[in-house]
Amino acid sequence: MENPKPVKVALIGNPNTGKTSLFNQLTGLTQKVGNYPGVTVDKKQGSCKLSATKTAIITDLPGTYSINPTSVDESIVLKSLLNTGDKDFPDIIVVVADVENLKRNLFLFSQVKDLEIPIILAINMADQIDRKGISLDVETLQKELQTDIVLISARKNIGIDAVKKAIENCAEASITQPLCSINHKIDEDYFEKLKEVSSNHTLYELWLMITQNNFPATISEEEKKRLLEFTQDVSKVKRYQHKETIHRYKQINDILKRTYIVDHSKAKDLRSKLDRVFTHKIFGYVIFFGILLLIFQSIFDWSTAPMDFIDATFANFSEFIKINMAPGVLTDLITDGIIPGIGGVVIFIPQIAILFLFVSILEETGYMSRVVFLMDKIMRRYGMSGKSVIPLISGTACAIPAVMATRTISGWKERLITILVTPFTTCSARLPVYAILISLVIPEKKLLGIFSLQGFTLLSLYALGFATAMISAFLLHKTLKVKSTSFFVAEMPNYKLPSLKNVVFDVLEKTKAFVLGAGKIILAISVVLWFLASNGPQSYKDVEQNITENVAYKNLSSGEVQQKIAAAKLENSYIGIMGKSIEPAIKPLGYDWKIGIALISSFAAREVFVGTLATIYSVESDDENTSTIKERMRAEINPDTGEKMFNLPVGMSLLIFYAFAMQCMGTLAIVKRETKSWKWPMIQLFGMGALAYLASFITFIIFS
Amino acid sequence: MNTIATLLKGETGIISEESLDVIPLKLLEMGCLPGVEVELLQVAPLKDPLYICVNGSHLAIRKEMAAQIKIIKS
Repeated sequence: MENPKPVKVALIGNPNTGKTSLFNQLTGLTQKVGNYPGVTVDKKQGSCKLSATKTAIITDLPGTYSINPTSVDESIVLKSLLNTGDKDFPDIIVVVADVENLKRNLFLFSQVKDLEIPIILAINMADQIDRKGISLDVETLQKELQTDIVLISARKNIGIDAVKKAIENCAEASITQPLCSINHKIDEDYFEKLKEVSSNHTLYELWLMITQNNFPATISEEEKKRLLEFTQDVSKVKRYQHKETIHRYKQINDILKRTYIVDHSKAKDLRSKLDRVFTHKIFGYVIFFGILLLIFQSIFDWSTAPMDFIDATFANFSEFIKINMAPGVLTDLITDGIIPGIGGVVIFIPQIAILFLFVSILEETGYMSRVVFLMDKIMRRYGMSGKSVIPLISGTACAIPAVMATRTISGWKERLITILVTPFTTCSARLPVYAILISLVIPEKKLLGIFSLQGFTLLSLYALGFATAMISAFLLHKTLKVKSTSFFVAEMPNYKLPSLKNVVFDVLEKTKAFVLGAGKIILAISVVLWFLASNGPQSYKDVEQNITENVAYKNLSSGEVQQKIAAAKLENSYIGIMGKSIEPAIKPLGYDWKIGIALISSFAAREVFVGTLATIYSVESDDENTSTIKERMRAEINPDTGEKMFNLPVGMSLLIFYAFAMQCMGTLAIVKRETKSWKWPMIQLFGMGALAYLASFITFIIFS
Repeated sequence: MNTIATLLKGETGIISEESLDVIPLKLLEMGCLPGVEVELLQVAPLKDPLYICVNGSHLAIRKEMAAQIKIIKS
């Protein structure tokens, strides 16, 4: 009989086993292999045609060593396997295992098997069996584990059809029984009592609910109450969990003794040789900092051309619309709100993609784990973990993916500190602000005859960002009272050549996530800012009439009159009023209300500063030529002193302000999501704001 | 008393039974069990963390943890 309903299949396995490769092969969708920052955190699904009449919906669950979660990613696995009532609850589970470390992979298999869901074991990298000196008795193993076993090589597309076949057959057969009877071996009475709580769940499910304090919707209030009684004796639960683990390994050892033999003399050399170089006390750091330099260099060098191209394209597109659409509010919204808003996001794609390219390659090869190993002790002095290095590097492109990359840090305090200090690293949004201010106030001199003073200033700002991140991490480490069991374990995967396909898909996916995630916020705020800048009370509406009728402007050309109108309109718009109202507060820093407007609008994204000033200094918005903006800014006179507005004190004060202030709604939103509280983003906003204010004030005084 | 932290680079030992209670569950689950052989492969430049091979798993753990896991040197 034909079954119209697709089978639901979940893929589960240790990190670095090629689980996502198998997912790619089965579904034709493009995902990634690896376990580092934020990968596979969202539920990934795809469909797969099993035969002429049958299809399967396949879910790729995050990589994990055990059903018992220690991180956000891993808890997704537990949730999806416990929710028997959920519409996505799998009919079949495919456990993907690496042939090289079968023992540890089978530990996870043994846990999943006890959930009594139909199960298939896919042993990956089967093509390596001979090379690694492994001999495997599949038939006996199949019998002992009471499961179908498929040998695959996901990267090489070997055995994929066999997996499909097994899924199809499994859907028909579906006989399940636990592999490891935990009750007999640990405490029979205890588990007998536990089993009586609910007849709708297997014993192991109930046990997981107790150990993980996770009660799915299928558990009634009455049952939950009885389960909670079991959780009272914490040390007993913990002891039994330990016993369970040992028991499982014992059983797996017994089985593998009869079915799996490894000749250790083969192929062990390369790893230790490379490890000796990459973790060497001198070369290790030299290589790491060399790679860092290469990354930064590439981010700046390679991204200039595409960024200029994007900038020009959006400006031209905006111009094109302006010419071809009837003038009006809608056209203004599109040309001055939406298009620059989208452009403001797209402009970062080159830098972010280049950064992710490097990070992805470093992860794929296994090198990143060596960096974690090298840096852990150093980072720990600052209350962070070796795993904090990746977010801090990513932060130089954008803090948003960097904050998401902290998920792999298992200690809550270490993770929180990393999240809190990451926005201090100089993200690419600060770069346009730094660039224009430096070119305005720092003279084009050479330092010691070789280094350009302007370049040196930029470098100092980067160093300042890192230093501030580390210092504030240290202070947070000493002052934060957060309950956290810091526990560190990092797997050191074998070195391998990066797969081009995996790297490309990874970069695409992460860039897409940034554009969609951060982009929405930046776009929304750009539109709001456009509205605030192009609307105002009655005085705003009178501007045009007042200026055209003003005798003083009689001799001006129509272009100049238009500029005067634009400037006066901005002054009287809602955002102009906001700028004026904060003027008393920012006066001590050397700023006027116009800079105030730029500061307010920078909350969408810092680089908006340049565009806003362009508008304020009545440069026509379609001509975003930096030199023009620069000239306008240079010509701006401070009415109080009669001197140049953008002199050294104001410029330096602004540079310091932008280095420290938390002017990024996108980051605040992501920090809220990752810390599940408004408390931490607010601490960032006000803490960094206060620091920025104070530091800018001092800077202004020093340079005045 | 010997622990993983007292091993020298390249040395091996067997994790003792009494360590069961101090090994965190996650480490147990990754194969770091009593009765199993552990080899110290590398030590990070600042003497911490330690890079070990246990039960076929290559892991980096911190010294503070390693110092709690008693072993019998082989």
